[in-house]
Amino acid sequence: MEYILQPWPWYVSGPCIAIVMFLLLYFGRTFGMSSNLRTMCAMGGAGKRVAFFNYDWKSHKWNLIVVLGAIVGGFIAHFVLSDSTPMDLSEATIKDLTALGFKDAGQSLLPPELFSWDAVLSIKGLSILIIGGFLVGFGTRYAGGCTSGHAITGLSSLQLPSLIAVIGFFLGGLIMIHLIFPILF
Amino acid sequence: MGKYIKFFVVGIFFGIVLVKSEAVSWYRIFEMFKFQSFHMYGIIGTAVGTGVILLLISKQKKIQTTEGTTLRVPLKDRGFTRYILGGTIFGLGWALSGACPGPMYILIGTGAFSIIIVIAAALLGTFVYGLLKDKLPH
Repeated sequence: MEYILQPWPWYVSGPCIAIVMFLLLYFGRTFGMSSNLRTMCAMGGAGKRVAFFNYDWKSHKWNLIVVLGAIVGGFIAHFVLSDSTPMDLSEATIKDLTALGFKDAGQSLLPPELFSWDAVLSIKGLSILIIGGFLVGFGTRYAGGCTSGHAITGLSSLQLPSLIAVIGFFLGGLIMIHLIFPILF
Repeated sequence: MGKYIKFFVVGIFFGIVLVKSEAVSWYRIFEMFKFQSFHMYGIIGTAVGTGVILLLISKQKKIQTTEGTTLRVPLKDRGFTRYILGGTIFGLGWALSGACPGPMYILIGTGAFSIIIVIAAALLGTFVYGLLKDKLPH
């Protein structure tokens, strides 16, 4: 039980994610989380105005059920299966974050400097969350997948388009952290 | 209803794994892009490694899905532009918000309700892609 309550090491977590992918393939579906964003747009009636959302979204309901499960799983992991061990971030990361103005790095899952209600109610904080989310939604659909669809499923099946997409993920991430963060914070 | 239970259970497992591995944490994504820890690379690396093996085995054993079809991964369309451009745009957002689509939902369960703003913006981003799709290079 002790091992379950502590943070899980990478060599346990990675194979578990592969099992999630495999189970969904075994059920005749596929592992792709960003597709749900399209499904939700279609559900909300976007198909009436934009052809891209005019498809049989009901056949993707199973994936929304995965999302509901994931939310419940997040609740269970955080409130039941946790002993509140702080994250074991590297010293260098904590130092860099402190220099950028992020205090107590790793004491919670998300930095209060961006996700606390105080931060959210500031123009800068709100803009960061909105721009970040917008880029994720736009980029994943443009690339046809996110971490689950391209990095896990696509690479596991040795598909070149997914490798190109993952290179893009890192290109974008590196630009953001190394070039844009020093301007933002 | 019954046919959906297995998806619900897989979702719960997925949510637990991503929280317990700390892959849902903004801090871990920052650390990954700074190359300051092996943690995230270990997760993605072992996930892909295990995935390759599972898919090879299922191909060799010709495993059938519960739907009675042959187990196979849907193929991505060929191309370059959409993958590199879309991927880069996603990467910018991933590093800024610290969340890709899976963790976004999972974080709601951990009580981080401000993530709903990120999800709403992601829905808007997806909608705008749908609007502009035919005008973008793919």
